[in-house]
Amino acid sequence: MKILHCPLNGPRNISEFIYGGELKTMPDPATCSDREWADYVFYHDNLPAVVTEWWFHSASGYWFLAERHTLTDEVLRTFDPGELFRQRVEFAHAETPS
Amino acid sequence: MPFALLKYGLSSDYPAEQDLPPPKALAASYDVVIIGGGGHGLAIAYYLAKYHGITKVAVLEKAYLGGGNTARNTAVIRSNYLTSEGVRFYAESVKLFQNLSHEFDFNIMYSERGQLTLAHTDATVRAFRQRAEVNKHFGGRTEMIDRQQIAELVPTLNLDPGHLPVLEGLWHRDGATARHDAVAWGYAKEAAKRGVEIHQLTEVEDLIIEGGRLTGVKTNRGTVRCGCAVQAVAGHSSVLAAKAGFRLPIVSYPLQAMVTQPVKPFLDPLVSSSALHCYVQQTSRGEVVFGGGSDPYPLYATRSTLELKESLIASAVEMFPFLAKARLMRQWGGITDMTPDYSPIMGESPVENYYLDAGWGTWGFKATPICGQTMAELIAGGGKVPELIRPFHLARFANFQQVNEMGATAASH
Repeated sequence: MKILHCPLNGPRNISEFIYGGELKTMPDPATCSDREWADYVFYHDNLPAVVTEWWFHSASGYWFLAERHTLTDEVLRTFDPGELFRQRVEFAHAETPS
Repeated sequence: MPFALLKYGLSSDYPAEQDLPPPKALAASYDVVIIGGGGHGLAIAYYLAKYHGITKVAVLEKAYLGGGNTARNTAVIRSNYLTSEGVRFYAESVKLFQNLSHEFDFNIMYSERGQLTLAHTDATVRAFRQRAEVNKHFGGRTEMIDRQQIAELVPTLNLDPGHLPVLEGLWHRDGATARHDAVAWGYAKEAAKRGVEIHQLTEVEDLIIEGGRLTGVKTNRGTVRCGCAVQAVAGHSSVLAAKAGFRLPIVSYPLQAMVTQPVKPFLDPLVSSSALHCYVQQTSRGEVVFGGGSDPYPLYATRSTLELKESLIASAVEMFPFLAKARLMRQWGGITDMTPDYSPIMGESPVENYYLDAGWGTWGFKATPICGQTMAELIAGGGKVPELIRPFHLARFANFQQVNEMGATAASH
């Protein structure tokens, strides 16, 4: 059984977690081009290296970040997203006709 | 030594057959460099030589031929996909597979057994009906069958696994299997016969790009100039693309499979369950092969995990309860390059003279011949994209024109 250390709940079986993708900087959806948005949504570095990625503890509904080596599957560190995100992210959106 | 053995061994009437010429030094330049000596790369080389007369071609393989994902897939051949683009493409591949043994004069052990995919929910039944109709429209032999017909086709199948009774099945008569190693060897042998150079233990370490054009590759055996190059390195597509300076819409996940000891023939069709995430087939040697879905998170290691093996065996035993007594002989993992729409990425790349044969996820083996043929056409035409692979261009992601094959691929292989 592989154990992942959840920053909120401590060591838990990895089957309780859901992988959430590489950490990327989101372009502003209201102003960015389609190409930039496609790049953000679909494209990934996807390299065998230490990658910072999102993980979700499904039992407690908690999102956090992990630094994991994608060749050895070694998790170097897990941490609360509060370390990187100091303020609330507001999702601007264009008015859509109803 | 017995005299008879010497006599036959030295007789010119019984010359030793040479499969591949002995290795030689890399030339300074080639018209085409193919990176990756798996089924796809070798097929591209073969069709370049056969149909386009391009033989100044080098296939560069970092390890040995067909030793990557060509050897790790579970050898399923089928064309019952969902979109017209997908069905047209894979149906053409099935046709090419049917004649491959004759073409190579080498037995690839192509065996048309039919493939049965089980539906356990109403939603799946609806999706399967659509697939059957699309497939029929393009000349495929696919139909829906009920529980009674399933029981006749596969008497050993448990029709009521746990909480998921089988409702109906998608019966694809064109479904088949073949020996995956033999496909790679057949292509290699025939390509080499036509003058293609195959270099094993030759790793491409870097790409030489000048002013947005690819002009050569650096290998562990020296630098080679080339007119153009194609990457066919399933499992490591993003790694090579990074050397070319661009990213791909790919995430690499392991996929685990295993095989039992040989048992008496009991299973003719290939059977897969859409809900149990498991597909089962019996090889011509009698071994039972199980494969599952990809791992739940990305990884570049092919090491197996106990969790996945456990759940895969649980599903296989639900489907065929007597297999609980079978012993496992081998288990392994391969790396699947998953794309967001579960379709491949074929065609031009952001770098001029550099072509992509990537994003083959769990659907690469079955596309080997048609991929080779269309990629060869693309290369020989200097970048003119053949109609059949136009929908699979990399640009579809930026243009939001994806070819969604998720339902026809994800769980049922």
